[in-house]
Amino acid sequence: MHELGVTFYVVKDVKKVAKENKVDKIDFVTLEIGEVSGVIHDQLIDCWNWARKKETVTESAELNIETLEAITFCEDCQAEYRTVDYGKICPYCKSENTYLLRGNEFNIKEIGVYDEDDEES
Amino acid sequence: MKKVKIIEVHENVFNSNNVAAEELRHELKDKGVYMLNVMSSPGSGKTTALSKLINILKDEYRIGVMDVDIETSLDAQKVADLTGVRALQIHNGGLCHIDAEMTSKAIEEFGVDDLDIVFLENIGNLVCPAEFDTGAHRNMMILSVPEGDDKPLKYPLMFSVCDLVIISKIDTMEFFDFDMDKAKSNILRLNPKASIIPVSAKTGEGMEELAKWIRAQL
Repeated sequence: MHELGVTFYVVKDVKKVAKENKVDKIDFVTLEIGEVSGVIHDQLIDCWNWARKKETVTESAELNIETLEAITFCEDCQAEYRTVDYGKICPYCKSENTYLLRGNEFNIKEIGVYDEDDEES
Repeated sequence: MKKVKIIEVHENVFNSNNVAAEELRHELKDKGVYMLNVMSSPGSGKTTALSKLINILKDEYRIGVMDVDIETSLDAQKVADLTGVRALQIHNGGLCHIDAEMTSKAIEEFGVDDLDIVFLENIGNLVCPAEFDTGAHRNMMILSVPEGDDKPLKYPLMFSVCDLVIISKIDTMEFFDFDMDKAKSNILRLNPKASIIPVSAKTGEGMEELAKWIRAQL
């Protein structure tokens, strides 16, 4: 993919959400990434750890990644199957007439802030 | 234990770009400007083929070219020299693609009010540009014969987002194991709606058909 390019998008979106919610500093960001979105997680985390330092609001934020399973649908036999196991060819009827139902996601799921005031209690 | 405040976002990372692209598309349409995003690998002959195409169309339409490159101004200069149309070089600072926001800024700098067609010559790359909607009205890509008929299988997203695939350098067919039927079926399997036009910028074969396709979009 192009991990650095998308990292800038994540930073930009996270900044926007933080501002809307009047948060000055965030502690973690959780992404939802589809299994076949082509994103290399380790590279994305490396890019994030470099890019986050450029903004005060993100500088100490950890990046968490949740993987979403990829599912393909077969138009000929109407079956659904795991994309990663079988690719484009339906394991039930061997048809190539299939399309990806999900697994291509690249979403920001949530951002998290530790509540400083409650830390001591 | 630390208490955590969670702010739910659930937003696609590409969403802000898609919104910006849609806005730019409308803005250009209102001005009567038609933008084509041209993508390919490096060395596919994109600049040469584009220059030939512009030379066929330039008496009928007012045309401008925006060339995206990491460093030099070679491409914009070359197009300007070969065609005489106005060309702008965009340096995108080393990124692997250009997005709608960058395109929008470039359009502003370039000034398109006096143009009918703008060609956006994207970075030579078959991966990243496919992910980012630039705000163009149509996407086209150039696949050159020396690259091989299996390129659509290796870069499926690029071939899925294109309205037109130009198969270029067909004058070199005899030197390469390029199966035209196989290339076409590989493209159509990914993208049944794609138009496919084989051309040679060198001999001029197919160039008139390509010009016809562009005219039909306007």
